Amino acid sequence: MEEAAAKMPEQPAVKLIGWLSPYVHRAEVALRLKGVPYELLQDDMANKSDLLLAHNPVHKKVPVLLHGDRSIPESLVIVEYVDEAFHGPPLLPADPLARAAARFWARFVDDKLWKALWVALWTEPGEAQVALATSARESLTLLEAQLPEGKRFFGGDAIGFLDIAASGVALWLPVFEEMAGVTLLADETHPALCRWAREYAADEIVRQCTPDMTMMLAFLTPKRGMFMSTAKAMAA
Amino acid sequence: MAAEKNVGLVLLNSSLSPFGQRCSIALAEKGLPHEYVEEDLAAKSDLLLRSNPIYKQVPVLLHDGRTIIESLIILQYLDEAFPDTRPLLPTDPYERAQARFWADYVDKKVYGCGSRLYMIKGEPQVPANIEMAGILKTLEGELGEKEFFGGEHGFGFLDIALVPFSTWFESFDKFWGVGVAEVAPKLAAWAARCMERESVSKNVFSPEKVSDFIGEMRKDLGIE
Repeated sequence: MEEAAAKMPEQPAVKLIGWLSPYVHRAEVALRLKGVPYELLQDDMANKSDLLLAHNPVHKKVPVLLHGDRSIPESLVIVEYVDEAFHGPPLLPADPLARAAARFWARFVDDKLWKALWVALWTEPGEAQVALATSARESLTLLEAQLPEGKRFFGGDAIGFLDIAASGVALWLPVFEEMAGVTLLADETHPALCRWAREYAADEIVRQCTPDMTMMLAFLTPKRGMFMSTAKAMAA
Repeated sequence: MAAEKNVGLVLLNSSLSPFGQRCSIALAEKGLPHEYVEEDLAAKSDLLLRSNPIYKQVPVLLHDGRTIIESLIILQYLDEAFPDTRPLLPTDPYERAQARFWADYVDKKVYGCGSRLYMIKGEPQVPANIEMAGILKTLEGELGEKEFFGGEHGFGFLDIALVPFSTWFESFDKFWGVGVAEVAPKLAAWAARCMERESVSKNVFSPEKVSDFIGEMRKDLGIE
């Protein structure tokens, strides 16, 4: 079993620095899908630990994967690393074109979709917010179109790279919607994407690394003011 | 080898675009024949708009009519679709992770800060200058004593990701007083080494062209 988990001759410890973040979730789910045992070093965002600062001096953010003496920051870089460094079911498809598409849509989720969702969630109610919500829903539609016909996940029958990249939409967006009192993703407008979100959230492996959402809501609610300021800056 | 053999590649590009230049350099390094289409960014072709409806930007790679977008994704695609050509990324997963991380850093920081510098009127704003100097020093730290960022593998993915921006270095000095030769001399030396490669010298904008371009843009924006 040890041999199956790692491609490296010995089995150095795998640790993940992070806690309660959609980006950390991405790294955790990748490790779990590959069957890689790891230790979660819970870091407190308010008081960034020396460990975090030592291993991610450039961005000072979680998650950071520690594999033996290697440190890898940036969630999607971590996911690709985990896919390449360990045996287990592949997270990225085999075909180069499909890989390029998965990487493109993962970037779309981070660069375009979340920005659109964010400003739509936290902008003050009014005409501007309505326009932003429409725009956000259009971006959700673009993502929804990437779901393969008749398949449960973006990756097909199994969770893959794009599912992992989009996991925040399935797990965190409902929390933000509740906090903001705004609905962006709904069955009426995005039935396939909602089905995907439920499938993803219900997956046994995903559930093992999904934080309790009540705890999440309590943790995030005080940040509402900050979210509204960042949204203002982004929309400007 | 099969220099004129058609492998079905078309690059939609603008010679101005550092992201497009990355792709041209990569194709040259891999010896991949391709059709090159110079897009007029003020009048984008139907093909471009159809191929990249979301961002409507260059570069776009077409391979047998299928679309690949985003320069770093194109570079990885070329490695994966043409495994018999000179690889851009190393084979070791950790080295690949590092190359990807730093290429992403170039996109976010070099391009991000550089673009902001354009918009600054009058005397350079000190924070953006300091930020750019810091970014260059950080990159220099990653380079270390290596000839290229690719280390043992030679000129590679991260070199290609950064090199189109290296001809901006002279403009950083001319317009905003960030002297790369003083702030990050190893990086300046690396840039000079890269320019000795034909794939680079033929595809990146010369420092003079970049300066002229920035000068024009600032005039248009009423900054000068």
